[in-house]
Amino acid sequence: MGRDRVIVVGAGHASAQLCVSLRQGGWEGEIVLLGDEPSLPYQRPPLSKTFLHGTTTLTDLLIRGPEFYEKEDVTFRHARVTGIDRKAGTVALDDGDALSYDRLVLCTGARPRSLAVPGAELAGVHALRDAADIEAIRGTLRTARRAVIVGAGYIGLEAAASLRKLGIEVAVLEVADRVLQRVTAPEVSAFYDRVHREEGVDLRTGVGVAGFEGDRHVRAVRLTDGTEIPADLVVVGVGVLPNVELARDAGLAVENGILVDEHGRTDDPAIFAAGDCANHYDVRYATRMRLECVANALEHAKAIAGAICGKENPISALPWFWSDQYDLKLQIAGLSTGHDEVLLRGNPADGRSFACFYLADGRLIAADCVNRPKEFMFSKRAITQELAPDRELLADPDTPLISLLQTPARSAP
Amino acid sequence: MGTITFVEHDGTPHQVELEDGSSLMELATNHGVPGIDGDCGGEASCGTCHVIVDDAWITTTGTRTDLESQMVEMSPECGPNSRLACQLRASPALDGLTVHLPEFQM
Repeated sequence: MGRDRVIVVGAGHASAQLCVSLRQGGWEGEIVLLGDEPSLPYQRPPLSKTFLHGTTTLTDLLIRGPEFYEKEDVTFRHARVTGIDRKAGTVALDDGDALSYDRLVLCTGARPRSLAVPGAELAGVHALRDAADIEAIRGTLRTARRAVIVGAGYIGLEAAASLRKLGIEVAVLEVADRVLQRVTAPEVSAFYDRVHREEGVDLRTGVGVAGFEGDRHVRAVRLTDGTEIPADLVVVGVGVLPNVELARDAGLAVENGILVDEHGRTDDPAIFAAGDCANHYDVRYATRMRLECVANALEHAKAIAGAICGKENPISALPWFWSDQYDLKLQIAGLSTGHDEVLLRGNPADGRSFACFYLADGRLIAADCVNRPKEFMFSKRAITQELAPDRELLADPDTPLISLLQTPARSAP
Repeated sequence: MGTITFVEHDGTPHQVELEDGSSLMELATNHGVPGIDGDCGGEASCGTCHVIVDDAWITTTGTRTDLESQMVEMSPECGPNSRLACQLRASPALDGLTVHLPEFQM
């Protein structure tokens, strides 16, 4: 009799963590990792930074080295899955093969949203998602002089910072009226706006892109008001769409991601989904959500490994994020959705270090910390413990944060 | 070329082959040592590779940097020899090193 087999579709952060957590949880069956990129799972966050600069190679970025997969008896195969036959319990591969599974985990990730404007297919217009995207951008850097970034979210701003570091002229275009509008308080947006301008970025908010000009290669970006901005390199960073097609075609429930419960399980008990493609029920927040970050992918993987190994470990970890731009290390703890108050420690209008705390009913629910690792680690603990710290002391830079952890939690007003 | 030993909080030791130039976090995660997560991949952004260097070795490894201090000092398990494994680079001088893992990574 053959061993039971887990098939993991997609090879990103969630997939690598699944291999680790399945073996640590006692899974003795086969693990087959199917990736549609040739590489073993690699770290994505450095793509827009050190990998773009060429100071790291893809080998440097591997989440675990090849020796790990060998030692843990994980089979990696470079293949794209084209369909799932749930009745037969098989997946079909693009090379014509079919593989049977006992448990199937979909880690299909997300793909960059493209701009539906004329010229979007021109050479020199790039997305920024995987290693191949960055390699394509890197190939143009020797000659690129003027870059335009479309979208002032984290990806767009990180790309802007990396290209400025290389001495390239950069314009950033954002349709909203402030940068990072979807994810941060106005105070934090204003801070990043100021820093990017100080670093020489031509930052324009409240502008729409009408199209890209050029014959074969992009030459300029045309705005909806008719303005043309010269560009020989364009990076589009306007968000991602979850890759749900495999799941949907197999009849699994899909709504802004593949719907999974708090164990990462779809409505088919043998099939799970993890990472950017999954919309999970979260125990901590008692609601559904789809997040796009490394920490979320790792938490999903741990929960799914728990479910497969019979050691329940529902999705409940505090989400956190980070973004490195110039000399700024931004660390974010928690989700700010639903906050009714913002408190600052340090001054975002001056210098390059401050923390922005988000409160709801007096309780700390999230924090954006710029060059403030201590505030970040404090927030992780305080949010997890549902503390309602004294507002004045929280905002007072002379009050040691650790003292706010030691005071007993008072009930929220 | 030598070994480094990671001791889990419950006392379970994991001996790992030392690879010159790798960080201790990379060595631990590549060998599946439980108790070291290294979620951020080594950017000192997450604080999930907290280790406590054995007393006998702290002069060789050196004490933590200011950045590491800011990351680990909020942990209830932080001690004078606490470091982030991603900021400790393996070298032949660390052959035989023992580090202890906290009960929880933050």
